Amino acid sequence: MADQRIEPVLAKSAAPGLSAIPAPVVVVAVPKLGRPKRMGHLLEREHILAGVLLAPTLVILTLFIAYPFVLGIWLAVSDKVVGRPGNFVGLHNFWVNLNDTIFLRAFQNTFVYTFLATIFKLVLGMGAALLLNQHFRFKRIVRASMLLPWIVPTVLSTLAWQWMFDATFSVFNWMLMNTGIISQRILWLGDGTLAMGCLITVNVWRGMPFFAITLLAGLQTVNPDLHEAAEIDGANAWQRFWRVTLPLIKPIMLVVVLFSMIATFADFQLIYVLTRGGPYSSTHVFGTYAYEIAMRAAKLGQGASISLFLFPFLLMVIVFQLWYIRRSD
Amino acid sequence: MAVQYGSRLKRALTFHIPLTVMVVATLFPFYWMVITSIRPDAELYNVKMNPFFTLHPTLSHFYYLFELTMFPRWALNTLFIATVSTGISLFCGLLAGYALARLQFRWAPSMGTVIFITYLVPPTLLFIPLGDVVKTFGIGDTPWAVILTYPTFLIPFCTWLLMGYFKTIPREIEDCARIDGASRFQAMVKITFPLAIPGILSAGIFAFTLSWNEFLYALVFLASPQQKTIPIGVFTELVRGDVFYWGPLMAGALLGSIPVALVYSMFVEHYVTALTGAVKG
Repeated sequence: MADQRIEPVLAKSAAPGLSAIPAPVVVVAVPKLGRPKRMGHLLEREHILAGVLLAPTLVILTLFIAYPFVLGIWLAVSDKVVGRPGNFVGLHNFWVNLNDTIFLRAFQNTFVYTFLATIFKLVLGMGAALLLNQHFRFKRIVRASMLLPWIVPTVLSTLAWQWMFDATFSVFNWMLMNTGIISQRILWLGDGTLAMGCLITVNVWRGMPFFAITLLAGLQTVNPDLHEAAEIDGANAWQRFWRVTLPLIKPIMLVVVLFSMIATFADFQLIYVLTRGGPYSSTHVFGTYAYEIAMRAAKLGQGASISLFLFPFLLMVIVFQLWYIRRSD
Repeated sequence: MAVQYGSRLKRALTFHIPLTVMVVATLFPFYWMVITSIRPDAELYNVKMNPFFTLHPTLSHFYYLFELTMFPRWALNTLFIATVSTGISLFCGLLAGYALARLQFRWAPSMGTVIFITYLVPPTLLFIPLGDVVKTFGIGDTPWAVILTYPTFLIPFCTWLLMGYFKTIPREIEDCARIDGASRFQAMVKITFPLAIPGILSAGIFAFTLSWNEFLYALVFLASPQQKTIPIGVFTELVRGDVFYWGPLMAGALLGSIPVALVYSMFVEHYVTALTGAVKG
């Protein structure tokens, strides 16, 4: 702050700043400059500069997030279909949803999918992070290749899984039959429960690297001296993990879990590609069912009301996360 | 001897075996893409054949992809869309991140919160009304429909990451420049931005992979075959009704994954920084 006061004296040529500067100093500085450039002069004021710098971001976020969000709420209480303006229908769409067995199944699926996938990702990701935290040859290559499922387009890797789960040509069936474990083909995606298991498997395969790499970053901040001290005090490996490592990486673990929960809860592409909500609409989640109703059945209002069901849950997570950030600051 | 054997066994059970299982499970689907894309149809659709390798590798699926579909066009679209939307997002995120990290103004904390909240808004929540908005602006079924909407999730991410990065650059460097005669704006552009290049690179790579991979907005906003991106084109144009063209599908999946994998492998460290920075903030 102190430099701001001396700066106009020293920076005669380039800084025609008037705003935060005490008057006597300015009197010395300004006459020599002649007419200051108005733009540069305004940008010396921090709040104006901040406004200018934030403007492009605010324009895009207002046009493509805030406005669609408000529009989405309007659609959800209207009977809008494609090609015809909608009328206000109150909470009718929500009432329809709550009496729709497919919707209720999607509701349940969304929570089962999120809950199970997140738990598996956390446990396997933690295991992977602990393995990667050790010293071994080719560690860098192993770590880099671990992230591949996370970085390639989900649609494309999910197509590979769909081929691996194929009704006739599944490689898993080929292996199981040729080793004599099964005698009849398993229809992996042919039954609601089994298909949900497949969806969770693919989600875990795709999302686990994110857990592994971020948790690994957390593990690397743990001071090895603490482990040594605990070992000298007689703690075994399990106790050291549970009592030393875990409390230290709890904050990052929590953030990773919340991020992943939001993404999994609002998932669309993995489910849409692998099962399209089938068989018999048994594996829909909020995202895929909203798409089905809005885009394929052209009922935009009804579809918008379905995706709005994501909102309370998201809000809870966001509020919790903001509260947690404030608290740890 | 017995002790040594025991500890080796323990090491194998607790380390080598789990690590091998993990690596195989991670990479197997990619092997499957590769092997499927070079096996001839006669082998692909014969359950008697061993599916793990082929003695008659063929490029016919790639030929199909390039000659009978619009795959090259989709690749160009994807590249164009990912590059431009990454550029826009970096530009906005750089400025916004600087403002939030460095400048003192009354709305700074609440602006930070707003950006953080938009960061967590998933596309699934907004795609239906956004489809309407895109149509209203007359950019439906053009690359601009996605170029302008991808920044909604890329800008908050870039801002968040770069804000964290700017906080690690000492303010004193900028102060020195200002004492030497630089204006506020000059100090920002000529002193602080160049120092933030590693952070910009991280954010850019991450943003590029995110927009290369995006699916829902592209699926909803781009309808005609010549406007599609790789993920949409491969998924919608190579599956006709119930018929899956598995050879070309896997060839397309492979070719669509290679560019991001390449970009990623050149900048693994930057990518990991972005990934971990994104959650730490």
